[in-house]
Amino acid sequence: MAELMELNYTVSNEDFTRAGEASSDVKKKLKQLGVSPDAIRKVAIALYEGEINMIIHAYGGKIKVTISEDAITLILADKGPGIADIEKAMQAGYSTAPDKVRSLGFGAGMGLPNMKKNSDQMDIKTELGVGTTVTMVINI
Amino acid sequence: MKVSDLNKFDEFSLLSDDKDTEITGVFCCDLLSIAMGKAPSGSAWVTVMANVNTLAVASLTDVACIILAEGTTFDSTLIDKAKEEGIAVYKTDLPIFDAALLVKNSL
Repeated sequence: MAELMELNYTVSNEDFTRAGEASSDVKKKLKQLGVSPDAIRKVAIALYEGEINMIIHAYGGKIKVTISEDAITLILADKGPGIADIEKAMQAGYSTAPDKVRSLGFGAGMGLPNMKKNSDQMDIKTELGVGTTVTMVINI
Repeated sequence: MKVSDLNKFDEFSLLSDDKDTEITGVFCCDLLSIAMGKAPSGSAWVTVMANVNTLAVASLTDVACIILAEGTTFDSTLIDKAKEEGIAVYKTDLPIFDAALLVKNSL
């Protein structure tokens, strides 16, 4: 499968005002490429949730987006604290987000479930004290 | 009903620029994490959550417009950002339910 485009972004720590910059940019580029609105929405939601997670929990991180003819792959890598219990983290409603984040309208424990729901494949590699890498594939 | 038709109601005041997009439904939610996953594109999104992330969620979900209820509002920085991103934002003193009902009954 031929790779058409690769995009790289850095998510900064604790900067909620810039959350969504990567997702907006990817959304624009996918529109230009003529990707279906359905797939674009999935990518935008999955990526935005990932961005927010990296800001809340992981002091920022790196995003790599690879666009090929039949799929979009999102790789979100951080050097944060890692996820202690993935099974719990995947449950809708489970959250370890601080109150400050909840007052902004996040922290409802929907992040990872939303990411999974909107991707065709999702894989989480995490190690406590080392970091987390989430890979999501959305078919187009 | 188009987004710009909201200008006809005394209850709604336009904060950014309006547009001719058709409103296809109404969606109410203040938790951005839920709105992110559930807000239907083309809907009028009624919320009291007025921060920069509200704009990001609106842009990513392609809602037709944001209606800030219960007298909540954006500061000038956010209004400029909404204009820049082409997101129509209205405010109202109505509670969420009443604002949503008013729009719904006019569709």
